[in-house]
Amino acid sequence: MAGTNGFSVSGYGPERSTLSRLMARDSVIRRLDWPILLSALALSLIGSALVYSATRNRTVINQGDPYYFLIRHLMNTGIGLALMIGTIWLGHRTLRTAVPILYGASVFLMLLVLTPLGDTINGQRNWLSAGGVSLQPAEFAKITIILGMAMLLASRVDAGDKQHPDHRTVLQALGLATVPMLVVLLMPDLGTIMVAVIIVLGVLLASGASNRWVFGLLGAGVLGAISVWRLHILDEYQINRFAAFANPALDPAGVGYNTNQARIAIGSGGLTGTGLFHGSQTTGQFVPEQQTDFVFTVAGEELGFAGAGLILLLLGVVLWRACRIARETTELYGTIVAAGIIAWFAFQAFENIGMTLGIMPVAGLPLPFVSYGGSSMFAVWVAIGLLQSIRVQRPMSA
Amino acid sequence: MTNIPETGRTPRVQIRLVILQILVLSLLLTLGGRLWYLQIRNGAEYAKEASGNHVQQVVSPAVRGSILDARGVPLADNETRLVVSASRTDLMKMPDDGKAVLAKLAGVLGMKTGDVTEKVRLCDAKTPQPCWNGSPYQPIPITDEATPKQALQIRERSEDFPGITAEPEAVRRYAGPGDSNTAQVLGYLSPVTDAEIEKAKDTSSPYLRSDQVGRSGLERTYDKELRGKAGVTRYEVDNLGRVIGRANSDKAETGASVVTSIDSRVQGVAEYELNEAMKAARQQFDKITGEKYKADSGAVVVMEAKTGRIVSMASAPSYDPNVWVGGISAKDYKQLTGKGSDYPLLNRAIQGQSAPGSTFKVVSTAAAAEAGYKWDGGYPCTSSYSVGGQVFKNFEGESFGPISLGRALEVSCDTVFYGLADREWKKDGGINPKGTPKDYFYKAAHQFGLGKTTGIDLPNEVTGRVPDRRWKKDFWKANKDSWCRTGKKDGSYVEKIAYENCLEGNKMREGDSINYSIGQGDTLVTPIQQAMIYGALANGGTEYVPTIGKAIISGDGKTVRKIKPQVKAKLPITNATHKGMDAALAGVVTRGTAAWKFGGWPQDKIPLHAKTGTAEVYGKQTTSWLATYSKDYSVIMTISQAGTGSGASGEAVRKIYNALYGVSADGTIDKKKALLPSPEKNLPKIQPDGSIDAPTIKPYEPADPSPSPTEQLAAVLGTPVTGRRH
Repeated sequence: MAGTNGFSVSGYGPERSTLSRLMARDSVIRRLDWPILLSALALSLIGSALVYSATRNRTVINQGDPYYFLIRHLMNTGIGLALMIGTIWLGHRTLRTAVPILYGASVFLMLLVLTPLGDTINGQRNWLSAGGVSLQPAEFAKITIILGMAMLLASRVDAGDKQHPDHRTVLQALGLATVPMLVVLLMPDLGTIMVAVIIVLGVLLASGASNRWVFGLLGAGVLGAISVWRLHILDEYQINRFAAFANPALDPAGVGYNTNQARIAIGSGGLTGTGLFHGSQTTGQFVPEQQTDFVFTVAGEELGFAGAGLILLLLGVVLWRACRIARETTELYGTIVAAGIIAWFAFQAFENIGMTLGIMPVAGLPLPFVSYGGSSMFAVWVAIGLLQSIRVQRPMSA
Repeated sequence: MTNIPETGRTPRVQIRLVILQILVLSLLLTLGGRLWYLQIRNGAEYAKEASGNHVQQVVSPAVRGSILDARGVPLADNETRLVVSASRTDLMKMPDDGKAVLAKLAGVLGMKTGDVTEKVRLCDAKTPQPCWNGSPYQPIPITDEATPKQALQIRERSEDFPGITAEPEAVRRYAGPGDSNTAQVLGYLSPVTDAEIEKAKDTSSPYLRSDQVGRSGLERTYDKELRGKAGVTRYEVDNLGRVIGRANSDKAETGASVVTSIDSRVQGVAEYELNEAMKAARQQFDKITGEKYKADSGAVVVMEAKTGRIVSMASAPSYDPNVWVGGISAKDYKQLTGKGSDYPLLNRAIQGQSAPGSTFKVVSTAAAAEAGYKWDGGYPCTSSYSVGGQVFKNFEGESFGPISLGRALEVSCDTVFYGLADREWKKDGGINPKGTPKDYFYKAAHQFGLGKTTGIDLPNEVTGRVPDRRWKKDFWKANKDSWCRTGKKDGSYVEKIAYENCLEGNKMREGDSINYSIGQGDTLVTPIQQAMIYGALANGGTEYVPTIGKAIISGDGKTVRKIKPQVKAKLPITNATHKGMDAALAGVVTRGTAAWKFGGWPQDKIPLHAKTGTAEVYGKQTTSWLATYSKDYSVIMTISQAGTGSGASGEAVRKIYNALYGVSADGTIDKKKALLPSPEKNLPKIQPDGSIDAPTIKPYEPADPSPSPTEQLAAVLGTPVTGRRH
């Protein structure tokens, strides 16, 4: 139905062949943001090599098949690409109308995680397994929060009623974000909470909501953190775990070990690295969770500053182009969605790489595109689809 | 929905989007900066840490080299014991952590299963001994006393004993060839300390926790050569310590062997005769103290006169060096070092010092000649010498009239040397000398090498002492407080001495110089210093640094490093003086103080030279010295609390010469019986497989110990017949 909108704004006659339609000057293919797409694809492929290097010897988890994780990572990338295409085909505006359904579904799935259907991994109950397929609903919640808040905040502005969202709308949007965040808090998944908070901030920032909201929210966050620390809501070991990124001695057997080994792996890479599959830290499996949260250490050790820097550069291209998309779209809805995705990607990448470099606390967050993990991979590719959709649907003149 | 108002792009949103972009950029720059800091700036440091992370070393000990005598007879070597070890790495790979294998092993070895499992568990804060405190990658020894049958059972059924090895391993052994012992010269090994492990950790030859290190004697001096180089196998391991590969490894290198100049046969003779002499002395009656001689300790040195090489060196009392092997027990250790022990670990040949008595007169004679006194001048040998009311007596009041320096040395006339030393003291300005005193007698002692170590290749040699002006000053400074506190003008002997010392102990007094000239008083010498001095007299005046090590031969016998004789000093004597002294000291053997013990010696064929000495020790019986030399060797024997030099050691030293040159009791020479008529010049050969061509050794068979006629006479008279001298 309305989905065809996504492919062509000007709507030429149907007699043209599919190929020529795709190749036409105003076609979707031509108007896609290719730097984003290619960078994201490159990140996923680099990721597959790193995941393979990290898992080919880990017989305990790869079930005796050295290619187990490599094949799945490539499959996930393929599915991610398909999801992106589907998202472009549907278009972000169609999805705007589907927000209530998406929102309801993702909250429902997250609640399911808390039931006996959910799995606990590394102390976090954030997995849903059924029929051999595992899912992390929290990954998709990031998207629904962005879409939902954008829908609420942009509705009256895009309708031309207001210049900026009013307080009531902001409150409604915050309320919408709070429900899935509370569920995530029950899991508890600290990393996702942090990302969600940053997404909310990014969304509010881009929505043009009053400065008071932005700074108020920031202030509340800082106050909250201080009170958690001062009022001893967390046990000392929890605080130590959190702080161990700066001082591994605080938790030498746990997080401190991870950060220390991660830092050794990255540091030992030097300029050009030890060469793919030749890192002693990686081969010796000294860094835990190396195919997921600590995948960047493989790049650091085996590809060195050159390879790790390339990953940063590719992430930079994705984020830079995303910023352009946010600035150039004419409707606030698209702007907000793009900004939410930027906040999400930027923070998640910063947190993930930062923790391997010892400048951020350790939290279980995957590196977008690179880390192994289906749910995360699907979510980031859907986000790429949204960004493409926003770009494709802006007027050609822009 | 498609109606997009331009109002969506308010300046506020635009500005905020720019802010967002800047934030994103700064986050990426932060990561890039940190990445540069870790990888480029500190990369080398982390690379080092990474290699330490994943490489584990397994050190296999090198076989310690042997200590050989001059003809290749092993004095210290290794014997093989069967050691059964378990590899923890292999055991931990088994589903039950190797429990079944260890239980089976316990059965074969006849041990309790619990004992075996305790031996392979790793030590930590909570685990009490027994436990393994070495590297978990190291094979852990379970027993070093496996029988060949047990070892065979384990090796033939290796599939039943995965991770278990039964290997022959080298353990130190002090062979004691020909009933020799050589304990103090060889020294001993004891386990390496934590500090030493830490120090050697990053060197090319790290220590194992089970390593032994030379602590004394040759084992210590040549520890580095003997120790060889431990082999290091480097394994790459993963985070769980599982071996995932092999890095470059170094093979173990067998330690080099040290060839010594010791002749184990002569060593056996020297040890035996020293003991016999001490036993005999304990049967003798001491007129001064009114009881039998204690003869509590003694030493003998046989040195090659022309090289300084030690042919034998014995110290009594001694002990069996094998008590150290495999770790010394607390009881044994106490017996060797405790207060009640007679300190058998001391090598009295280099660590025992006493006044030299009349053996010092060679120094005084040389000093007198240097000071310008004519060799043939008539020096009055009166029965006593008086200075300011103090009377210094000649031994037993003898007098020989005016005699030459040579004759004074030969008959050991104290009063001649008293007179000369006194004149020099006065010439130097008496008690308050002006300018720089010449101090001929003290200078000569230093030139002879007294008052400092000889530099022999054994640890902890003592210096002895020359009581010159500087020493007197230092000694006075250190003791004057106690002297001045306890000294009394009219008190006991000790109190009087303390009183005098308090007043002018820092000055060279007349009596000091007089006493000094005949080797009494504060002078201290060691047997090795005497051997060096008399060896120099034998070779014409060149002092060599005494050495025991003769060559270092690598484990495969291919590389040989010779240790060459080193000249230490030239004696301060002219050829004429040397000739005179040589003749005088030969006279001591033929008609002087040692003649009664060398009756019938074939002096025309094998000229011997000797000087006897009897040193007074306050509160103890006299120390006997007998310093001798032939053209090839100097032989020194000293026994503490045993009377005179000739009386206590004459026979023993003669028997050592008998053995060296093949001389029988009646003076006939049988060259076939001679053990070492001239010093050994060749080095033993070590085959590439490490075996040595060494002759077999028969224990020393002493000739019939019937007393000589003169001795029988002496026993009847209760005192030796010929004149005894200091």
